[in-house]
Amino acid sequence: MAYPITYDEYQKNLEKGRFVGLKCKKCQTVSFPPTAVCRACGATALEPVTLGGGGTVKTFTVIRVAPEGRKPPYIVVMVELDEGPFVLGNLDGIQPDQATMDLIGKRVHMDRHLVKGDVYSGEDTYVPLFRPESS
Amino acid sequence: MREVAVLGVAMTKFGVSEKTNLEMFAEAGLEAITKSNVEPKDIQALFFGNCLGGFEEGQLHMAPFAHSELGLPTSAPAVRFECACATATVAIRQAALLVAGGIYDLVLAGGTERATIMGTPLATRTFAMASHAQHESTAGITFPGVFAMAAHMYTAKYGVEFPELKKHTAEVAVKNHRHGALNPKAHFRKKIDVDTVLNSMMVADPLQLFDCCPFSDGAAAVVIAEVNRAKDLVDKPIYIAGMGQAACGGLYLQRDITRVRAREEAARQAYHQAGLTPSDIDVVELHDCFTIAEILAIEGLGFYEFGKGYDAATKGETTFGGKVVINPSGGLKAKGHPIGATGAAQVTEIVQQLRGECDERQVEGATVGLVDTLGGDLGTVCNIILRS
Repeated sequence: MAYPITYDEYQKNLEKGRFVGLKCKKCQTVSFPPTAVCRACGATALEPVTLGGGGTVKTFTVIRVAPEGRKPPYIVVMVELDEGPFVLGNLDGIQPDQATMDLIGKRVHMDRHLVKGDVYSGEDTYVPLFRPESS
Repeated sequence: MREVAVLGVAMTKFGVSEKTNLEMFAEAGLEAITKSNVEPKDIQALFFGNCLGGFEEGQLHMAPFAHSELGLPTSAPAVRFECACATATVAIRQAALLVAGGIYDLVLAGGTERATIMGTPLATRTFAMASHAQHESTAGITFPGVFAMAAHMYTAKYGVEFPELKKHTAEVAVKNHRHGALNPKAHFRKKIDVDTVLNSMMVADPLQLFDCCPFSDGAAAVVIAEVNRAKDLVDKPIYIAGMGQAACGGLYLQRDITRVRAREEAARQAYHQAGLTPSDIDVVELHDCFTIAEILAIEGLGFYEFGKGYDAATKGETTFGGKVVINPSGGLKAKGHPIGATGAAQVTEIVQQLRGECDERQVEGATVGLVDTLGGDLGTVCNIILRS
């Protein structure tokens, strides 16, 4: 069965600042990043949907001991997008040392940034980058 | 299905080792075989765990080399398992399933890992490979980072504020180090206090160095047999009463990461097969890779209601003489965490507890024990219930 949106297509959309997920035709659940099967009901009839990019921080951490090739400190957030899916990304606009529990529940807007690949992952990757909506 | 029992068990000293992965595994494997009163030629299959041999030693396909290091017969297949930190528990479960199903009568299962040779930056990178390569590792999430996010979500969800939660999570580390000090095989045998934890360097907010288990080297192995064969060979076979295993996708699909869904399902399977409930369990070896991880585990395994387990260590309920003894070995936190070996070391500890062989850290009168091992970013959990 063909993938409705491949990882490569997802990446090309991200590069252009377009957040394209999939909406289940049966139960309306939205997946982002797109998945081949609806996580909620198991259906495979899915259609592309462009997301608004708004969301709410559900949790976060500040990475201070980083994997080889990454420069700490930086913030990782898990955000619930307005259309429903959770997505992992980075947070900009707040200094890592200013990241406190106040972040949880904060409104953010999605952008993207390019993360260089390393010897293991190979390719460069666009990763969701969130900013507080007020900034 | 046939009944299955554990015979000989063994582990190397955990810590920093100059030995190769194969040497460590052979040391544990031969001891387990000897204690089972059999010889290597009697073993019918090897279920072998290793996660990162490719990075540690440039070695893939390690299982047949481990097989020949032990002198197992050519007729015994050797298979490598990789389920991140749950690797060896999964290997043992698969071994037990095939013995229960009548395919084999006598098998060796376990694992080995030589993590320290990689150094912290490469070890951190390779451990993060157990997160989704496209959608999670790229954001720079680390293994401590996953549980750090769970800790922040726990605080927000249940309203247990910092610094109160930090004090209680530190008590988990203090307790497991106190236990580890009683274990000659433990990586760390030094008692610590709450200030040791709270004054240690920050790794991934809010987790500090002493909230985290170490990178460790070590191996562990167990012999498993059909129950009548086991009774013929050893005085005190330990019976596998129930097992469970379940899987979940990436963190972004799990959403509420204060609840480890794979654990809830795996534990349900294990309790159901054993016909037991959490109140029947005397001793537990569970996956305390981080202090918050022990709290999530005691809730997910049914010893505490969700959101109520955070102060169990502070109240002394999870140590000797408490409600249920959690990680008498010192757990991953103090005993150490050579990821491919961890599950087999947990089974080793529970088997020795149920045989009354644990000296200073013996849980008095223990007859039923539970093993809980979590792999990756909550993606795999495997549980095994053992009884004497």
